[in-house]
This record gives sequence, structure tokens and C-alpha cells, in this order.
Amino acid sequence: MLELRNVWKSYRVGTLGSKRLTAVRDVSIDIAPGEVLSVVGESGSGKTTIGKMVLQLTSVTRGSILLDGADVTARGHAARKAYYRRVQGVFQDPFSSYNPIFKADRIFEAVRESYFPAVKRAEWSARVDDVLQGVRLDPGSVLGKYPHQLSGGQLQRMLIARALLLDIQVLVADEIISMLDASTRIDVLNLLGELKERGLGVLFITHDLSLANYISERVVIMRHGAVVEAGATGKVFTDPRHPYSRNLLASVPQLHRKWSDSDAEPEALEPDGDRDVPPPPLTEVDEHHWVAGV
Amino acid sequence: MSAEVVLQTEPVGRRGEHLYFALRNPKVAGGLAVVLALLLLGLIGPFFLSDSPNEYVGPKSEAPSGAHWFGTTYFGQDVFTQFVHGLRSSYLVGTLGGGIAFVIGLAVGFTAGYRGGLVDEVLNMVTNVVLVLPALAVLIVISSYLEVRGVVAQAVIIGVFSWPWVARAVRAQTFTLANRDYVDLARLTGKRSWRIIVHEIMPNMASYLLMSMILLFGGAILFAAMLDFIGLGPANAVSLGTMMQQSMAWSSLHLGMWWWFVPPGLAITLIVGALYITNVGLDEVFNPKLREM
Repeated sequence: MLELRNVWKSYRVGTLGSKRLTAVRDVSIDIAPGEVLSVVGESGSGKTTIGKMVLQLTSVTRGSILLDGADVTARGHAARKAYYRRVQGVFQDPFSSYNPIFKADRIFEAVRESYFPAVKRAEWSARVDDVLQGVRLDPGSVLGKYPHQLSGGQLQRMLIARALLLDIQVLVADEIISMLDASTRIDVLNLLGELKERGLGVLFITHDLSLANYISERVVIMRHGAVVEAGATGKVFTDPRHPYSRNLLASVPQLHRKWSDSDAEPEALEPDGDRDVPPPPLTEVDEHHWVAGV
Repeated sequence: MSAEVVLQTEPVGRRGEHLYFALRNPKVAGGLAVVLALLLLGLIGPFFLSDSPNEYVGPKSEAPSGAHWFGTTYFGQDVFTQFVHGLRSSYLVGTLGGGIAFVIGLAVGFTAGYRGGLVDEVLNMVTNVVLVLPALAVLIVISSYLEVRGVVAQAVIIGVFSWPWVARAVRAQTFTLANRDYVDLARLTGKRSWRIIVHEIMPNMASYLLMSMILLFGGAILFAAMLDFIGLGPANAVSLGTMMQQSMAWSSLHLGMWWWFVPPGLAITLIVGALYITNVGLDEVFNPKLREM
């Protein structure tokens, strides 16, 4: 459904754009309906940039992004607006996603203004109540409040509800639970699972491997802007082939292990080199399992 | 708990809400009262007084009395008539000069901050060039070359030279605000750039923008007074600055004629001071967090 084809992104930095910083190198991924695809990587690996490119918040330097086979990159305002009817996003920081001086339910009104100007106010609030109940929020306790009067979990769920007001096919979830506490985390995560059952494609961006394992069928591991390993979650997590993936998996803290028990030294990794050369190609090592540079 | 109580007593509607809190804020109410009272005096006063404030109407150098409320000048002109006319031109300079600077500053600042990149670098360069121009020297040169110096010409010159610091400050604020997630969210809702600037970014700077408006307004009045004071004021009108210049030129301080220079000096101080206090109060009004604590 949504497909990234050999996507590159470089930012211009410095005076008059004299330098370039390549954030994403030759990434090709795709998301099918009813599937959660996790993109995992450390800070600076380019995973957030991928989310921003899918949401067209930043331009694609090379390559293309296709939705149902049609190229969606770099189009006019009207086409972009139509695109956002089908692809929506939720961001990491719930408190930054709301304009602090307005009431939080303004995000629903903004959707009505842009996409459903003809819908009557009463009918619209019925729809808002519906989607809020769909994300297991009590409309009475979240409507008419300022963002600082609501919890992070409530705010993130309202953002998901907002996305559901539009008939979306793809949801980009960029670290949406990393700022929530452990108990609300699992609720929001399960909510994503329900969306998946409804046939939505979810691009789940995270740095947390256990979350990726919990929610997704397929996983893409990124480092220095390029994909190092990709495939079915079971395959990648039980049999990691790339040294970086093995290090990542070894670094997941476990409930019954103390730091003093760990003796395994992390494997040596290749340093960050020239980012303008294409990254090592992915080779299929097993069914539904690709690794870079073997 | 207290938040719940506040919520229930809040009137419906955002605009109404701000007005509701603004009118109940003593700083806003007091500051605005002073500014509006002086404005009212400047607006309707001239209708009840002589049209020619420079006319010689009474005895020379007379202290305030029932006939001449603020006394008379060294030449026998009525100080109160001059004062009322001076208020009028000072408000005109403040509104026009401050308004021009505000519009230019906002346009440049928002464009540079929101677009970024090359647009920003070019606009920033222009801003810095105007910023480092010695405004006073330029104003003196321009003012002295103008054939007829009126209040409007003075206001335009002041406006064209006092926008850079607003542009810089607005640009800097826009930079940080444009990177907030709610701006991205508004883009995901299909909003156009100018709508995002007006509806998402500007309200967050509302108190700041009001402050710049107030500072520009006050600054233009002060700048005009300074030009007037060094003898580059309007040649065909009376302003608070020219009153002070005249009073100093004819040694009112040494002659003990305090009624000649105190009213214009006090009025300038009152207007600018009251505007500052209004601004502090408005900050409390616009920020619900400050309001609830």
C-alpha cells in the first residue's frame, strides 16, 4: 500500500547551505494494510526522518514514496491535503503536539474546518464522541480542557482519535509511547493492535526492541541512515545476523537480570563513514529475512 | 480540584474569555485607563479650545490659573491648548510610526523564521544592515533635508527605521515555535502556511507581539520627542517634544516656569509607563497557566 523506493534525504546545513548532512540512505520499505512495520534504530539513525518524509513534512532528496502505486512526493497543496486524508501521524511528545494556549479538543475542530466544513456541529460532536470512545476515553472528561490538565496518555489517545476522524489507511506513529509511563504504555500499544485489526497500516518508529517485538509483524533495523537488517519479527529477533542487531538485542534489559551479571562485550561495529556512497546492499539470508553487507 | 472550579466558571468562547480576564486585571484596566484618558483628551480637547495653539492669548509667563489651566508660555501662549494639541500629534506619531514598524517587522520576522533557509539568510542580512544604521544620524539628515516637516512625514521616517529589532525577535521566536509538533500537526490537517502562522504561532506570541506594539508605540513617541527636542520637529504643528524644546530654549527651568515643561514631560512618561504596566497585565491574561496559579 505505502511504499518507499530507494529514498535518500540530505539536509543542507551551514551558511547558505554550503554543507550537506545525509540522514537517510537508500531506504526501501513497504507497509501492507493491517500490518505494523517497526523501524528501530538509535538516535540519529534516520528513523524519524523517514516518518517525516512519509508525512511529507520534509522533502525527499532522491527516490520516491508511493501510495497505492501513485507517487506522492512533492505535489501542490491540494494534493497534499488529500494525501493527509489517507495518511496521518502521531508524534513523540504529547505536550508539544498541542498548542498550549488552546483547549485540547481544538484538534478535532481543525479537522472539521479542513475536511468536513459541511458537517453540522451537533453531528460532528457525535462523531468526536464516537472516536473518543473508540480509543477508550470518556468524552466528558477530556473535552473542554487545556492540554496541561490532561495526562500524556489521554493526549496521545486523543491524537489517535483525531487521525481516526479521517478515513486513514496509514498511521505514522513516531515514538508515540516513549514519553508515557509503563502502565499507560501498554494500553496505547494495544490500541495500535486494534487499529491493525481494522486494516490500518502502521509505521511504528521506536528505539525499543521489545515494543517492536510486541506489536509488529515485520521490523527494519537502521543505523547511520541505512537499513542493516530487515524481515519478519520472529526471524530477526531469534536469529540476528548483523552485529549491530545482535548488540541491540543484547542491550535490552531484562526483568530477572542485574547489570553485574552481564559479561558479554558488545561486538565491534563499523564506524560511520562517507554517507554519500550507497550503503551495502541487502541480501536475503533466509525467507523474509534480509541483512546488509554479508 | 481548583482547576475544575475555574473551568466551570469560565465563560464560553475564547475571545470572551480573554476579555473577561483582561477587564478584571487591575494592571490592564489601570494602564489602559491612563492611555485612553490622555487619548480622549487629545482627541476631543481641541474641539473645545482654540484651533491655533501658537496664538498669543494671555499675559506672559503666568502661573496656572482658572483662565489658563496650565499657565502661559514666555510669550503668552496657552500651555493647556498646546498640551492638548501636542497629545494629538504624539499619539499620531506613535500609532503611525509604531504601526509601520510593526507591520514591516512582523512580515520580515515571520517570513524569515517560518521559511528558513536562503530566504531567512537574505532577510536577516537586510535586517542587520538596517539595525546597524545609526538611526538617529540618518533621521537627522533626512529630517533636515525635508522641505516641509509634518507629523506624518516624521512618523513614516521613524517607522521605516525602527522595525529591525522586532523582525529579529519575531524571527527567533518563530524559529522555535515552528519546530513544535503542533505546527506539524496543523500541516497534517492541510492548513496553509499563513494560516499556521496566524492561528498556531501568532497566538503563542500574542503577549510578546502586544509588547512590541506597545514598545514601538512608546518608542516612536520618545523618538519623535527627541527629534523635536533637538529642533527637528514638525514645523507646522505643536507636539509634546516641541513644547519641551521651546521651554528649554527660553530657559523656563531657570525662570521657574515649571508649568511649561512638566505637563508634556509627565504626559510622555505616563503614556509609556502605563503601556508597560498594561503589557505586564496582558501577559497574565493570555497565559492560562499564570492565570490559574
